[in-house]
Amino acid sequence: MEFLGIGVLTWITFVPIIGMAAVLMVPKGNDAAIKWIPAVATFLQLVLAAMIYLNFNKGMTGINSLEGMQFVEKARWIDVEGVSWFGRIQIEYFMGVDGLSVTMVLLTALISFIAVFASWNIDKALKGYMAMLLLLDTGMMGVFVALDFFLFYVFWEVMLLPMYFLIGIWGGPRREYAAIKFFLYTLLGSVLILLAMIALYFSVTIPDAVTGERIHTFNMLAMMDPANYEPGSLLAGVGTYWRYLAYIALFIGFAIKVPIFPFHTWLPDAHVEAPTAISVILAGVLLKMGTYGLLRVSYPMFPEIAQAYAVPLAVVAFINIVYGALCAMAQQDFKKLIAYSSISHMGVVLLGMSAMNSQGMVGAVFQMFNHGTITAMLFLIVGVIYDRSHTRDLDAFGGLAVTMPKYTGVMTVAFFAALGLPGLSGFISEAFSFLGAFQTHRYITIASTLGIVLTAAYMLWTLQRVFLGSPNEKWAGLPDINGRELFTLVPLAVIVLVLGVYPSLAIDLMTASLNNLVDIVAGGSALAMAP
Amino acid sequence: MVDQILESLSKFLPETTLVVAFCLALIADLVFRKNRGIVTALSLLGVVVSLLFAFQQAGMSLSVFSGMMAVDPFSVFFKIVIGVSAVFIILFSLYSHDVQTTERRKGEYFSLLLALTLGMYLMAGAANLLMMVLALELTSLTSYILAGYTKEAGDSSEASLKYIIYGALSSGLMLYGISIIYGLTGATNIYGINEALSTGEVNEITLLIASVLIIAGFGYKISAVPFHFWTPDVYEGAPVTITAFLSVASKAAGFAMMIRFFKVSFLDSNVVDLPSGMWSSLQGFEWNSILAVLSVLTMTLGNLVAVWQNNLKRLLAYSSIAHAGYMLMGVVVLSDKGLAAVLIYFVVYLFMNLGAFYIVMLVANKTGSEDIDSYKGLGYRSPLLGVAMVIFFISLTGLPPTAGFIGKLYLFVALLDAKWIWLAVVGALNSVISLYYYVRVLRNMFLRDPEKDSGSIRFSVPQVAILLLLLVPTLLFGLYFAPIVDWANASVIMFGVR
Repeated sequence: MEFLGIGVLTWITFVPIIGMAAVLMVPKGNDAAIKWIPAVATFLQLVLAAMIYLNFNKGMTGINSLEGMQFVEKARWIDVEGVSWFGRIQIEYFMGVDGLSVTMVLLTALISFIAVFASWNIDKALKGYMAMLLLLDTGMMGVFVALDFFLFYVFWEVMLLPMYFLIGIWGGPRREYAAIKFFLYTLLGSVLILLAMIALYFSVTIPDAVTGERIHTFNMLAMMDPANYEPGSLLAGVGTYWRYLAYIALFIGFAIKVPIFPFHTWLPDAHVEAPTAISVILAGVLLKMGTYGLLRVSYPMFPEIAQAYAVPLAVVAFINIVYGALCAMAQQDFKKLIAYSSISHMGVVLLGMSAMNSQGMVGAVFQMFNHGTITAMLFLIVGVIYDRSHTRDLDAFGGLAVTMPKYTGVMTVAFFAALGLPGLSGFISEAFSFLGAFQTHRYITIASTLGIVLTAAYMLWTLQRVFLGSPNEKWAGLPDINGRELFTLVPLAVIVLVLGVYPSLAIDLMTASLNNLVDIVAGGSALAMAP
Repeated sequence: MVDQILESLSKFLPETTLVVAFCLALIADLVFRKNRGIVTALSLLGVVVSLLFAFQQAGMSLSVFSGMMAVDPFSVFFKIVIGVSAVFIILFSLYSHDVQTTERRKGEYFSLLLALTLGMYLMAGAANLLMMVLALELTSLTSYILAGYTKEAGDSSEASLKYIIYGALSSGLMLYGISIIYGLTGATNIYGINEALSTGEVNEITLLIASVLIIAGFGYKISAVPFHFWTPDVYEGAPVTITAFLSVASKAAGFAMMIRFFKVSFLDSNVVDLPSGMWSSLQGFEWNSILAVLSVLTMTLGNLVAVWQNNLKRLLAYSSIAHAGYMLMGVVVLSDKGLAAVLIYFVVYLFMNLGAFYIVMLVANKTGSEDIDSYKGLGYRSPLLGVAMVIFFISLTGLPPTAGFIGKLYLFVALLDAKWIWLAVVGALNSVISLYYYVRVLRNMFLRDPEKDSGSIRFSVPQVAILLLLLVPTLLFGLYFAPIVDWANASVIMFGVR
């Protein structure tokens, strides 16, 4: 699919950058234009995502086969002539989507669009804010469509700086601390990914299409084929010391983003201090990059180690689920509660991944999507009440259902989706994750179900504290949710409802690819078992 | 003999040009007392012409003046790096408050700048220990004077004095080391030293002591720990233009000389079964382990101390120490890949570091302060400057999509290829530390509000043009770096070694 001779993935990635350039050119003071340009840019992105969805071939496998990738774009980007002691360096502009990334592309486009409207009330340095938001959007989209590791890494890092400024300039009282903490943590993870990436680069060669000489490559698909590893190179072989080390480096890099306990401490700070729209993006999209990275990079490139570490992964998943839920229960701050609930819900993704079977994988990726929509709703809901009352103290409210009935209605959908009520999307993905994990890690899964009970407990307790009971006189005059806020929340609520009733809409997209991923991991670990 | 000198002179044009320009600048300063702009123009012309001659030397690989100097891709590369930074420094000087307010001594400033550039050119090509010492001294003596150029300011004079004391000590140590090497091998020419070391029996302990003494001299020039003590004071006290020049060109010249000395003198050319592009040092003498330790110390100390600085020039001084540590990693691996990585790093470092210093100078011109606190809200007072600073600083940190990332990437590539994994990890963790202090400046620029009654800052068109000359390559090389990699790969060739 092409427009003006340029592929759809390039468009969907760089439309925000075009919007950013346009925003920067708008003369100061023209706030309406500065708001509507990003709205149009992200709307175009959403339209492109819809076109990708409609043209997506559900039967294609993707992951490690170029033929199974869709909307592929491949061009030479950097090509350094070889010299005798330094082989040719080839970095490609290589993009494509498969069942693993397509849901993330849709999610990114949707959340970015909503984030623009959730930012409508920003008044401080609006131009800079919108420019940063759009740059961030490009970085996120790029990560999900890049299939060249170098390109992936560039997009991965491009996100850091806008995020730092978005939290640091437009955040809450402790924004400076939260912003630098986020930056340092993620960079620490990134440099580990960088080292692993270079090690992979030196271990993998593919024949050049024209001359046939073997050249090193950053092509992710090539890195997934054991046959491409040069004998004697650092990461050649199966289950070697160096492969374990590279896997751990990658794991820590991605774990910080998820975040996996004990690398999670940046998340509550960042979430609490970030403005509403940025919390929405952070929880809705950024956290998914960690698990996406594990599935896109770690699993298919190091299948035998992923298999060997399945049980430890299930254990950290359990810790994430239960620890996150317990922390959430202890919070007084509405936003912090949602932040910890994110840690708990991402634990479910990890649990599904650790199952190493189709149900678990589908559950995990579907949960990534659902968590994106549900948590985005929750943060928007907190944003609505914070804009009106300027407090997030859970005990300061009470009986809001009387003063804000429409708001309470939307909120109930989000809360019940978050605690996994059947009929809403969260239930399906959690059920799949637990179902898959139960076959592989029986006792850990049983223990993890404790998290579901805890989630129900803190969600219902919060509901009761904020919305039920006798109305607090102080908030009697609060206006109900307005049209713009409904516009950001309702589409998400509809998606949550529809996917809860008819999950095949999403699950069918990913099944073929994830089955392939399961096969790759199983095949790789069988190789490790062989004498 | 005469023939050889004449022949050599024709290969010595970049340096000759600088000598002529230096003399002309001195005379012009005496003649045109009313219009000292002529001296500026003359020195700019001199450097540009010398650069053109240096470009003409591309591809040559020969030795001139009976082995005193080498003209090879390696030295040409460094001459170009030094020459280009000299051009930028002369352009900076046009807008430097320190330089422009001392009208009477401007001629002195520009002619000394030419002499300093000449010294560095000679360092880049020196292939004989005597030549190395002479070049080093020429560079050092002129930098002492230039560091103390604003003699009305106390810290400038202090900087100059400290520089002299440390410089004299290091030169002394280095000369002592050289005399020991001469005693051991009977040669001052590095090829002769290599021959003597490969054939004859040499006392290893003595050789080690001599090398450590010589490293003191090089380490001082590139400000490697523990020879770095002069750096923060000199960088803080000297005029910004000179600081910027020292941080880039002087470091480049020091690296060029050090790499040539170690590679050529201690190369074991009898080992042939190494992978292509790797070399081996003479049996039992692992000088690169010394450098590995120095590298770790240099970058770690540089980064950790930079965190505590409140003066931006001092902060950049420690940051430049840290960058010397990163570049040393490329020398440690004993491979052409490592050398190419160092060369790539220098190209990148030239743009980003000069850019950062240029902004420091522009801001100091307007606010009169180099304190990090005076940068509060600067991003709002001058958005262009703010954005430029963000780009230079994330490039110094090594984040894509800036050129600094490419520099780091190639260093790590060389390290991982040679299986120096622990060193790569140390280097990577160090760039995380460095993020903290770079971002501290950015935080003041954007996250803090400007002081009251401070309006916006505006700059003239040529000032912005100079900024863009540095900014565009910093971004462009981050996205398309094939040309600099090609150039660096072609420039690791030294005369006389395979």
